[in-house]
Amino acid sequence: MIISQIGNYSLIFGLILSFFLIIYLFLNFYGFIKINLNNIYSILFLQLFFVFVSFFGLVYSFVISDFSNSTVYNNSHTTKPLFYKISGTWGNHEGSMLLWLLVLTLFIFLFFIYSKKQPKNYRLTTLVFQEIIITGFFLFVLLTSNPFNHIFPIPIEGLGLNPILQDPALAIHPPILYLGYVGSSIIFSASLAALVSKNINIYWAQHIKKWIFLTWILLTFGILLGSIWAYYELGWGGFWFWDPVENVSLMPWFTLTALLHSISVLEKRSILKSWTIILSIATFSLSMSGTFLVRSGILNSVHTFANDPGRGVFILIFLFFLILISIIIFFFFQTDERTSTNKIYWMSKETSILINNWFMTFFLSVVLIGTTYPILLEVLTNEKISVGPPFYQNLLIPFLIPFLFFMAVGPNLKWFKSDYKKINFNKIFLLFFICFVMFFLVKKLDVKNLFVIILIISSLYLFTSSFIDLIFKRKNFSQNIAHFGFSVLILSIIFNGILSKEISANIKIGDEINFDGNLIKFKKIDVADKENYKSIIANFEIKDQKNKIILLKPEIRIYNQPNILTSEADIKSNLYEDKFIVFSILNREEIFNVRYQVKRFMIWIWISTFLIIFGGLIRLIKIK
Amino acid sequence: MKKNIYYFILILVTLIVFTLLYKAIFKSNSYIPSLAINKKINNFSAYSLFSNKEINIEVLSKEKKITIINIWSSWCLPCRNEHKYLMKLKQHKNIYLIGLNYKDNPSKAREFIDDFGNPFFEILSDPKGIIAIDIGAYGVPETYIIDNELNIIKKFIGELNSNDYDKIVDIANR
Repeated sequence: MIISQIGNYSLIFGLILSFFLIIYLFLNFYGFIKINLNNIYSILFLQLFFVFVSFFGLVYSFVISDFSNSTVYNNSHTTKPLFYKISGTWGNHEGSMLLWLLVLTLFIFLFFIYSKKQPKNYRLTTLVFQEIIITGFFLFVLLTSNPFNHIFPIPIEGLGLNPILQDPALAIHPPILYLGYVGSSIIFSASLAALVSKNINIYWAQHIKKWIFLTWILLTFGILLGSIWAYYELGWGGFWFWDPVENVSLMPWFTLTALLHSISVLEKRSILKSWTIILSIATFSLSMSGTFLVRSGILNSVHTFANDPGRGVFILIFLFFLILISIIIFFFFQTDERTSTNKIYWMSKETSILINNWFMTFFLSVVLIGTTYPILLEVLTNEKISVGPPFYQNLLIPFLIPFLFFMAVGPNLKWFKSDYKKINFNKIFLLFFICFVMFFLVKKLDVKNLFVIILIISSLYLFTSSFIDLIFKRKNFSQNIAHFGFSVLILSIIFNGILSKEISANIKIGDEINFDGNLIKFKKIDVADKENYKSIIANFEIKDQKNKIILLKPEIRIYNQPNILTSEADIKSNLYEDKFIVFSILNREEIFNVRYQVKRFMIWIWISTFLIIFGGLIRLIKIK
Repeated sequence: MKKNIYYFILILVTLIVFTLLYKAIFKSNSYIPSLAINKKINNFSAYSLFSNKEINIEVLSKEKKITIINIWSSWCLPCRNEHKYLMKLKQHKNIYLIGLNYKDNPSKAREFIDDFGNPFFEILSDPKGIIAIDIGAYGVPETYIIDNELNIIKKFIGELNSNDYDKIVDIANR
């Protein structure tokens, strides 16, 4: 009870501090008062403290199951394990928005501490922009999604957390993704501030680079966790479905990756200033659009109805307010870059990075159109369409091919201008060799699509080429390992797609299925009572040609609160393949539907993404 | 000057996108079954799943006050969940259920009926999904209540639940 009150008032105090800070800073800019930086530190710390109190108040309410709080009542239950009581705090709309706010205030505090070498004016301007964003979120939480609403009379029991959200990967997936999104807000504010205070130079690039890499690592990791969750928990046997909610997390990733590359050009050559700012604005706008599209309920599928349009309207207005402000600021403060020293030669690292940026922009537009076109079309014509994987595959694969070649070639070019005569022709022989090998491989693989064959060639080329660089050159370890990881990612996705197999059958206990040389035997069923669910465990025995036996135990869980049935797949992974089995109950009692999949190279999709993240992490550590 | 025009266009585009998205927010809410009320479904004929005779929907529904058309499929999971409500509806004397078997394998469909029971007076096959599209269905399952002149009285999109069941009984008893 009292905790909710404290949490609520903490939020209001935090909001007041935001207003105060904005006014204080504007008085300083117009010369009425002179700001003391120590005061700023104190205010920022106090604001962080208030949000912290409010957030942990909510966590505490969840832990003690205080059902007088409507958020707790709607999303928790006394029989839930402690771990999921805590993660339930941000497993719902209100709590997750409070988490956004916590991360926002934390990041601006850290930013202020770690930017002491930058000009004072630039730091204060960044603070203004960031506080405007923070104010927006405070208002959003307090007006439309207050996590501390009371219920009277107090219910005895809560409604429970959706079981598919009760998963360890999902417990940390949203916080990490939010860290990434919020990191992009810092980049956004800092870029606008640098534009306003005319501070875009090499030193600024070095300083913001840390934040770009940090954000990029968090965002990549967040997307990876979401994908892992989809694979292990949803039991559909895939890792990426081109679902709109997945797409909205991928879109800021494209612009951020472009930014990650182009910031080096700014750092080394002091060019592409405006482009860097545009990318920063785009990254944050796309992160916010993601929040908007998911939270407003626009993206819900045809078969769901309940939504709260008030939230959607708020985020939409706020989002476009920020976009319009950035356009106007950009209009008034943008400087002309066209001078003779800024020439870009076509055989240079700058060009290759620009090519990366073009491709990223293209990938972004494909995903953006695929995600938003159905929404806009429905508004205009009332027609409902859905955009599926073939759209993305057909548009992305042909362009991925040259992209991979440029990824292999680009990093070996020099800044400013490369010499034709110094090109390493061994790499060209390497390409011929790969084509030669592919000639034989195609027959074995039975691949019919020409694009896929060329895609394999280009990713093998990147694979070998970056591997050679990684071993022999060691000039740029972090970049080599990230590019190498990307080639492994593409290769494992292709081979996973081509070589995976599946079977679905209705069988009784004791039945056997023969599949792909393996014998699948349905041995027995166990029933067990767990803390907050009842579990039905099936025992399957997979016997391969060498008579090696593997036991798989997929499970069906019947949760008590809310009363929902979930299928838990059982997956046995090794470096070559994943064996994936899931079963469901049919109404005829003794017969079960069993789906068995062999997913080749599945684990490499995760490993390679970790390699990419690892590359980014090394670079982040190396930045001084 | 040229630069100004670019900015003007950019702001204009931004505002248009804003307006569209703003409308979209309310669109997803205004999207309710009442959209289709008082419209007619096109008359169609289809082969019966069990007897292989060609049957016309207008003839089927002629004598009845209301007819309920349920679009289902053996591969569709929500159809399994709503089946118990259809079985319950069958027990009402004045409710007349017709099944439209959507993009299904006939033997699987018969197996499904064997497993879960047959609530339908007649099941019509729609192997290519053309009839369902013609009626105006977005997917499976969907349930239509029509009168004897093929006017749509009510439409349910998605799995039927106990509320929908009550509504159907209510309409039938009117």
